[in-house]
Amino acid sequence: MMANTTIAIEYQHVYKRFNGANYNAVNDVDLSINEGEFITILGSSGSGKTTLLKMTNRLYDPDSGNVILFGENIRNVDAVKVRRRIGYAIQQVGLLPHMTIAQNIAIVPNLLKWDKQRIDNRVRELTALVGLDCEEFLKRYPAQLSGGQQQRVGLARALAADPKIMLLDEPFGAIDAINRLNLQDELKRIHGGLKKTFLFVTHDINEALKLGTKVIVMNEGQVCQFDTPENIVNKPVGGFVESLIRSYREQEKIWGGLS
Amino acid sequence: MELIQFAQRNYSILLRALGEHIQMVLIALILSVLLAGLLTLVAMFFKRAGKFLTYLFSVVYSIPSIALFALMIPIPGMGLGRNTAITVLVLYNQFILLRNFITGLQGVDPAIVEAATGMGMTYTQVIFKVLVPLSLKPLFVGIRLALVSTIAIATIAAFIGAGGIGLLITIGLETGNNNRVLWGVILSAGLGIAANAVLVFAEKRIK
Repeated sequence: MMANTTIAIEYQHVYKRFNGANYNAVNDVDLSINEGEFITILGSSGSGKTTLLKMTNRLYDPDSGNVILFGENIRNVDAVKVRRRIGYAIQQVGLLPHMTIAQNIAIVPNLLKWDKQRIDNRVRELTALVGLDCEEFLKRYPAQLSGGQQQRVGLARALAADPKIMLLDEPFGAIDAINRLNLQDELKRIHGGLKKTFLFVTHDINEALKLGTKVIVMNEGQVCQFDTPENIVNKPVGGFVESLIRSYREQEKIWGGLS
Repeated sequence: MELIQFAQRNYSILLRALGEHIQMVLIALILSVLLAGLLTLVAMFFKRAGKFLTYLFSVVYSIPSIALFALMIPIPGMGLGRNTAITVLVLYNQFILLRNFITGLQGVDPAIVEAATGMGMTYTQVIFKVLVPLSLKPLFVGIRLALVSTIAIATIAAFIGAGGIGLLITIGLETGNNNRVLWGVILSAGLGIAANAVLVFAEKRIK
């Protein structure tokens, strides 16, 4: 990044334990993310990656520690206001089935009371950005779209109010391999053109290394390594990341042996 | 034949009974839905209050209707008559409606609720823009069940002087007039079946 970087997201010794659990879902996460980065958070289920993500838009609040967005401690900001400033896309997409595609994309602009013309323009702009044809799709309902198309709408919806930060929780987790690769490429293209900070949760090491400008590897609530994809692969820190890379190399051998 | 002749001679009595009945049922239903809607909102914001209310009305619901009607008579402001009957009908409906409304709203796909919350909808917005429109069907089913049960229970309200179709049956029984009793049975059953059929038809149109 440039020399003059702004810190978009800062986690200060963040802890989270759920009611009834005897371990911390997130255990002392302490790191800063520069504006404009595409951060992937890699971990298996139960690693705390989604919990960390959800503490970024106050779907959860940390038990202790702070989450700072652009210098502002979000503990002191109304949760609803925080969320309207942040894009949020999830694996199940969660489009509202009783609204058209256009209405779904317009949800946050409507909450922010934009005027109708501005919303219409924005909806069209975003539909095109995520690679869908406006005339064909805007009046349809979510059930009439394929899974990949729905997730494109989910991305457009998350981008609608031009948030500086995008939170993406395994958005391509339920999409077949070929569409998944296409969507990854498009997401990378979208990120490149927008100068936004993306936080992308995944359990797929390929996806994490391919998309991330930096990767956070998490295990048992802790950050094992936070570094560029190159360094994660070439200089893994600690047993967990080492075994992760090793297991992936083993898989590569299967392909090598077959071709 | 005799039955038809009876109706021809007494059609004004039958129509009045039917009219009174429908009026009593509709007033009770409208008040029931309004009250249940309000209580459902309370239940959505305060989970424990919701559990308590559902339990409370399940107890009310388990009291036989004739006993509940009798129970209301000595209460100040109640006594005999239609208003007491409507109050009882509204109380009975709360269990049916509340249970259907709450489970309906809670039955919406949690992923949709999470997405809506994550986008920055307030809880009130989530309820009215997401939960209610997506659970129209269960809400409607609750109203249909309440309507059918109200039509039936309102028949018993004749015992406390609320009029309606029940009066045909009670007077018919007292005076040994089988035709009158039979017409009461036909009208109350017919009204229940017809109302149910109409609402089932309407329900199918809800997406």
